Amino acid sequence: MTLDPTPIWLTLRLASVSTLLLLIVATPLAWWLAHTRSILKTPIEATIALPLVLPPTVLGFYLLVGFAPHGIIGGPWQALTSSALAFSFAGLVVGSVIYSLPFVVQPLQNAFQAVGSGPLEAAATLGAGPLDRFFTVAVPLARHGFISAVTLGFAHTVGEFGVVLMIGGNIPGQTRVLSIAIYDHVERLEYAQAHWLSAGLLLFSFAVLFLVYFLNRRAAKA
Amino acid sequence: MSGLHAELRLPRRGFELDARFDTPMSGVTALFGPSGSGKTTLLRCIAGLERAAQGRLEIDGECWQDAAQNIFLPVHRRRVGYMFQDARLFPHLSVRGNLEYGLARTPAATCRIAFDQAVDWAGIGPLLERRTPGLSGGERSRVALARTLLTSPRLLLLDEPLAALDHAARAEILPYLERLNRELSIPMLYVSHTTDEVARLADYMVCLERGRVSATGPVQDVLTRLDLPLAHTDEAAAVLDATVAGLDREFHLAELHFAGGSLQVADAGLAPGMPVRVQILARDVSLSLDAPQHTSILNILPARVAEIAPDRPAQALIRLDIGGTTLLARITRRSVAHLDLQPGHAVYAQVKSVALLR
Repeated sequence: MTLDPTPIWLTLRLASVSTLLLLIVATPLAWWLAHTRSILKTPIEATIALPLVLPPTVLGFYLLVGFAPHGIIGGPWQALTSSALAFSFAGLVVGSVIYSLPFVVQPLQNAFQAVGSGPLEAAATLGAGPLDRFFTVAVPLARHGFISAVTLGFAHTVGEFGVVLMIGGNIPGQTRVLSIAIYDHVERLEYAQAHWLSAGLLLFSFAVLFLVYFLNRRAAKA
Repeated sequence: MSGLHAELRLPRRGFELDARFDTPMSGVTALFGPSGSGKTTLLRCIAGLERAAQGRLEIDGECWQDAAQNIFLPVHRRRVGYMFQDARLFPHLSVRGNLEYGLARTPAATCRIAFDQAVDWAGIGPLLERRTPGLSGGERSRVALARTLLTSPRLLLLDEPLAALDHAARAEILPYLERLNRELSIPMLYVSHTTDEVARLADYMVCLERGRVSATGPVQDVLTRLDLPLAHTDEAAAVLDATVAGLDREFHLAELHFAGGSLQVADAGLAPGMPVRVQILARDVSLSLDAPQHTSILNILPARVAEIAPDRPAQALIRLDIGGTTLLARITRRSVAHLDLQPGHAVYAQVKSVALLR
C-alpha cells in the first residue's frame, strides 16, 4: 500500500491560508456586528450564517457560476491574474473563506459583545486611541473567542467536501484535498488508504474540538 | 474665559438632555439630581463618551466640542479622569498593569504624580501583583482612583463613586475623595443624588431635573434657596465653611470663625487654623426676638430675616442672614405670626446642634 502525502500537505496549506484570511476578514466584520445599531446588521448576520444551513452543493454551485471566466468574481480575477479561478487552489481558498466565515465570525462577535463597551471606555479615558484600545483591551479580553474562531475555522476548512468537489474538482497537488482523496480511494475500492486518511482526520478533528472546549473551560474559570 | 462652559444636548428615546451651565475649574462641583435626571449622561458628554452629543463644551477657554464648527475632541485626547461606578479595572491585567496602563499613555511633560506616590496615596502597595477579579469593592475603587490619578487629569469626573459600595467600603473611600480635593487640587465634577455627600464634598452645585439645569451656584447658596425643593426636605440644612480659631481645653470645645460670626462645637481633635465645614439643620434652629439670657444653648447668633416661605401646613422656613452667611430655620407658622416676623427684622438664632462635616 502506498499513501500519497500530497493531499495532506495541500489540505494543511489550504486550511492555514484560509484561516489567516478569515481572521483578517472576520475580525473587523465581527467587531462591526458586535457594536453596530445599523438596520443592515440582521440581513448581514443572516447572510454570513447561510453556509451553516445551505447544502454545500448549493453554495458550491453558485460559487462555480461566480468563478466562471465571465462571472462576477471570475471575471475580475481573470483580468487581474490572467488565470482561471475555478478548479484552482486560489478558488478553493476563496470558497473556504466564504464557507467557513460563520465559524469564525460568530465566536468573535460573541466574544466582542461579552467584552462590551465598558473596558474600552475606561481605556479611552486613560488616553488610549481606538486601535490602541482594540489591541490592548478588546483582543486580550476576547482571546478565548479568537482561539475558538481559529480552531473552528481551521478544522472546518480541513473537513470541507461538497464545496471543494463543486469548485475544485480533483486535480492532484492543486485541488485534491484530503476529503476528496478519501472519496477517490473509496471509489477505487482502496479501503486501506481510505482508512488511514479517515482515521487521521477523525483523530485530528477530535483533538481540535477537545482543545477548544478545554481552553474555553479554562477561560471561563479564570 | 476660565472655567467650564457647557451647552450640551443629547436626545434619547423618551428623554432629552439639554444642559447649559458654567462652573469654576477648581474645587468640587456636584452634579446633583434624582435618578433619571441625566447626571451620568451629562458626565459622559463632558468626557466625550457620547459621540451623538450636540452643542458646545469649553474648558478654560479651550474648545473640546462645538457642533457648529464640527469640533469634537475624542475622549483619549481630553485628558479627563473618569471614575466609573463599577471601577472598570481591566481583568486581564494585574493591579500594577492597570496602574501602568494609563501612566504609559500620559506624556512625561504632563505627569504630575509618580507611580510610587499614587500607590502610597491610595494605600495599594500590598495589592500590586494581585489579579483584579479578587479585589474587594473598596480595593477596586482605590485602584481605579490611583489608575486615574496617574494620568494627571485636567479634570476628574466621578460618577457616584460610592453608589456601588457597601457601607464599610463607603466609609473607606470617602476620606480619599476628601483628600483628593484638598491635596491634589484637580478640579472635580461629582455626580451624586444624596445631599449628605454634596454637603460634605462639594463647593459648587449644578442641579439637574429631567435633563435640564434647574439651579447652579455655591453649595451654601443652593442648599438654602427657598424656591428650590432642597430647602424643603426633612434634612434641609445650611453648610458653613469656617476656621478653627481656638480651643477651650477645660470644656473640650472649639471656637469656629465664619464670615459673620462664630460657633462653639465639641472638640473632636481639631487644631487651630484648620479649615472645617459644619452643617446646621433647619429644624435645629429656633428664633427669639431678644437675646436669651439663661439658656443651655451655646450658639446664639444675631441674625436678620431675609425671606420667609411657607413649608408644611404647620411650619414655615426662614432664611436668615448672619453678616453674609446664610442659615435656615424651620419654625411653626404660629410662631411667625406670634413674633410678627417680617423680612428685615432682627432676631436671635438659637442653634441647638452643629454637625462637623469635615
